[in-house]
Formats: sequence, structure tokens, C-alpha cells
Amino acid sequence: MKITAKEAGRVAELGRLKFSPEELETLASEMSNILDYVEKLGELDLEGVEPMSHVFGVMETRREREDEVRPGLSNDEALSNAPYPEEGCYRVAKVIDEGAGA
Amino acid sequence: MKELVKKTGHELRGLLDKKEVTSVEVAKAFLGRIEEIDGELNCFLTVTADLALEQAKAADERITSGKAGPLTGIPVGLKDLLVTKGVRTTCASKILENFIPPYDGTAVAKLREAGAIFPGKLNMDEFAMGSSNENSAFGPVKNPWDLTRVPGGSSGGSAASVAACEVPMSLGSDTGGSIREPAAFCGIVGMKPSYGRVSRYGLIAFASSLDQIGPMARDVEDAAILFKAISGFDPRDSTSLNPPAFDLKKALNPDVKGLRIGVPKEYFVEGMDPEVESAVRKAIAQLKEMGAEVKEVSLPHTEYAVAVYYIIATAEASSNLARFDSVRFGMRVDGKDLIDTYRETRAAGFGMEVKRRIMLGTYALSAGYYDAYYRKAQRVRTLIARDFAEAFREVDVICTPVVPSVAFRHGEKIADPLQMYLSDIFTIPLNLAGLPGLSLPCGFTKEGMPIGLQMMAGFLQEETLFRAAYAYEQANDWRRIPALGEVK
Repeated sequence: MKITAKEAGRVAELGRLKFSPEELETLASEMSNILDYVEKLGELDLEGVEPMSHVFGVMETRREREDEVRPGLSNDEALSNAPYPEEGCYRVAKVIDEGAGA
Repeated sequence: MKELVKKTGHELRGLLDKKEVTSVEVAKAFLGRIEEIDGELNCFLTVTADLALEQAKAADERITSGKAGPLTGIPVGLKDLLVTKGVRTTCASKILENFIPPYDGTAVAKLREAGAIFPGKLNMDEFAMGSSNENSAFGPVKNPWDLTRVPGGSSGGSAASVAACEVPMSLGSDTGGSIREPAAFCGIVGMKPSYGRVSRYGLIAFASSLDQIGPMARDVEDAAILFKAISGFDPRDSTSLNPPAFDLKKALNPDVKGLRIGVPKEYFVEGMDPEVESAVRKAIAQLKEMGAEVKEVSLPHTEYAVAVYYIIATAEASSNLARFDSVRFGMRVDGKDLIDTYRETRAAGFGMEVKRRIMLGTYALSAGYYDAYYRKAQRVRTLIARDFAEAFREVDVICTPVVPSVAFRHGEKIADPLQMYLSDIFTIPLNLAGLPGLSLPCGFTKEGMPIGLQMMAGFLQEETLFRAAYAYEQANDWRRIPALGEVK
């Protein structure tokens, strides 16, 4: 599978990453190599084979328990690593672009 | 006093219980060793001497009052992706350089309650992504047997620190071989538990369906003791299992009569180091002489494991690492808008290998490629798990090499990610199947580099796994200490 620098750039946007044009070239070529190698999975007949998303069935770990209050982190503890805590909250950047709708 | 650092945990236990040493003396001896040689090895990202001494004092009181457990007063190193309350936890990444967790992960909490001593946090490949420990944002770890070589990864600091007597034992984590490979490269014992046996709560996630925390130690007995201490059901991990407790007595039984050992032909491939192959074959022959039955088994889909892994692990990683968004914790670089802040922060905070894997995983999960890559990889994962299920109907333990070579040199593989990924071919299948496995020393090359023997067992069959390893270890004498900074 040949990936171009342009496609790598699109993936970088999806992955919330940023690269220089040179880095994108290198990444595109490395990803192409790895995906070429992954092509070998195409050799197998997978007719009727179920996908395995987990080691044991998800139902195995389904547990019912009483709905009870248990201690968790305090507000201060939860905020202790925040880059911009403010009035007991996480301050976040503006999500809605006022110019958007237009 | 320097002799102390050569002791295993269970040897120290004997000395502590007989009051021949105090745990403060033990802590000081290991902290001294770290001070003396870690400048060369770079195993520790954070040394917590004050914490260790405070814990040692408490351990001494506990020993005096007759309430000591197996790990009371014993130093245990912690891979720096295990969150530790009040102690910086970096994942060897710039993005978490100043992260001070407000809580302990479950494995750490269990050790704290057991009275263990924490001398510090250990270097690793950033976010556990790597096989050489060259991907740490805080510099590579060196192999104590040969400083020009890598210690393996991603638990490189956990392995090298144990090999070099900076700690008697440590915790690592294993997603595709990250405990077993560095254990083999550094000549120690490393064990990856069955998936679900050790809680992942407080283990910073790389690939959640594969990650397990496990013990690293200088002998099998210590590895078994540490495994027992950290395993067990945890309501905080939804994938935590509750099997009958691990029975140490059954595990430390050096009798392998009648034990059925399988040897898969797919693990003895062309191009592997002949010294590795010969040492592993010798070990298997020896187990046969000791009374085990040895037969060939087949794991026919082994050659597809690396391809499956680098889709599934990167896909899970791209999702897990989305939490590093600079809002709740971690580094922040402000951009021109919200999305740009995410991108600038992550561009500055993550190293190249982490970015490469986020890119691969994002690609594999993206619209139009999901079925071709992720879904297909999950289906082949089923075939790999079935291979093991078939094999373990006929045998109790499977013996193979851990890695096709001994520790390679710094810089040798870093330029070619695919070549680096292929060095994990013998360790990855086990994670995909969720089974327990162990690496232990089975010899040295002519150049003096340690060689690892891998043993694998069926789901939750840790007692059988340890029994085979203990029997082999007791019949041999591969426990060595590297000449580095000669322990006088």
C-alpha cells in the first residue's frame, strides 16, 4: 500500500499531530513499508473466522454490583495536574467558533 | 555491606527475619549502588531515596512486631508507566514530564501495603513503544553486560536495574514482549501473566487488550513471589479476573516428571543466531532428561503475528493516547485555536516512535480502511489464539527462544522501524492470545551476552509455567552478575 505525503498529512490531522513536510515524506514511506508487510494477512482465507477484540468474552467480566458511593479523587486532586485550573474547574479553549454558522 | 545488593528478595527476607540486617540497611545498600553506577546505565528516571528510607523504617517496625510479609522491607523498582501517588510518573515522555499522579495504581498499592520499598521509577521506551529502550525522551538505557548494546525494551530500565543489582526485583509491563525481551537481553527472569490476572488500573495504557504488568527478578522464586503479590481481582479494572489464588508451593516444585513440553517448529527459523538456537535446544534436551516429555507442536500462524500486532496495538494506542489533549494533565503548547492547541502540544510532547504508531493506528481505523486492516487483523488474531488452544490440548508448556538474537547494539535497528518490529516475532503471539509466558536465562554466548529461554503455558496456568521454569533453573547455574562496577 503506497501512502503519499498528502495522505499522511490527512492522517496527521485526524490523529491531532503536526509534522514538517520532510517528516511527512519520511512517515509516508515508513508507513508504506509497514503496510506492505501487513499485506501478508491477505494470504489467509478468513471465511467464517470471527474477529477477536478481546482475550475473553466481554460478558465474562460483566458484573452486577450495588450502586454505592465510593471515595474518589477530591476536586483539588483531580485538578492538581491541569495546565490551567480556574475556580475549581479545567479551563478549556473556546470550542464554538462564533464565525462558524455563516 | 556491598554483598547485600547481590542478594535476591527471598535471600534478603531470610536476613531481615533473622535480624541480621535491617531494611534501612538494605535500602541504603541499594540506593548506594544506584548512586554508584546509574550514571552509566540511566535506568532511573526518578530516584525516591527519602520515600525508600521512610518505607524502610516502617518495614523495620513491622518486622519487629512480627507482621512482615514476603516483600516487607524488600526494594522493588517500578517502571515509569505505573502511576505512583505523589511521585512523578513520566512514561518516559516529555508530554508527562511534570505529571504527579494523585493516586496509586493497584499493583503499586498492593506492594505498598505489603511493605515493599520503592527506590524509584525506571526508564523505558516512551509509552512502552519500543524493543530497545532507545525511544525514551530521557535518553537510552545501557545493557549492563555490554554498554554498547541495548537492554531491550520497552521495560529496559526494569531489566537492566535488576541485572546490575540496583534493585533485587522490579515491575515491568508487557504488551508485545516488553518484559520477556529485556529480561532475555539482560540475563534475568521476566514474566508476563495471563491477561486479566493483574489489574491494569493505574497502568498508563498503550494497547488495552494486550497490556499486562508483570514481575522481573534475578531468579524464578522472586518472580513468583512478586507475581503473587500483585495478582488478584480488582473491581477497578473491568477486565480483571478472579481465578483461584496463585499457589506458590505448586509453582516452586522442581519436579518436571511427566510434564509435557511442546516445541513449535515455527519458532526455530532460518537466520536466527546459532548460539541462541543451540542454547535453547540444549535446555529443552535437559528438561527431557529430567523427566519431561518433549514433542513437536505447530503454531502455524506465527508468521502473521507481527502484522496483526502492529495493526491492533497501534489502533488501540491511537485511541488511548487521545487523552493527551493538554486540558486535564500533561504538557500544553497553546495554538491558534482548540484543534491547533491539541496538535501543537502533541507535536512537541510525543517522540517520533509514538507519533509513528498513532499515525499507523489512526490510518488503520480510518474510514475505508477499517475492514481491510483492523477487522482483518482481529480475525487473524482469532487464528493465532486457536493455534495455542490446539497446542495446549497436547502439551502443558511450550519452550522457544525469546528473541532470535542476543542484545543488539545501540543504533543498529533504530533507523528501520520494520526491522525493529520483527525482533518481537517470538513474543508477540502470546500477548495476542492472552496467555502467560516467562523468560529465563539459559546460557551465554562466547562474547558473554545472556541468552533467554521462553516458556509459555495455557490460560491461567501460571503454576505450571513457574514449575517448569523453577525446575530448569534449579538444575542449572546461570545466575550471574555483570562485571560492570564490580560489586566488591
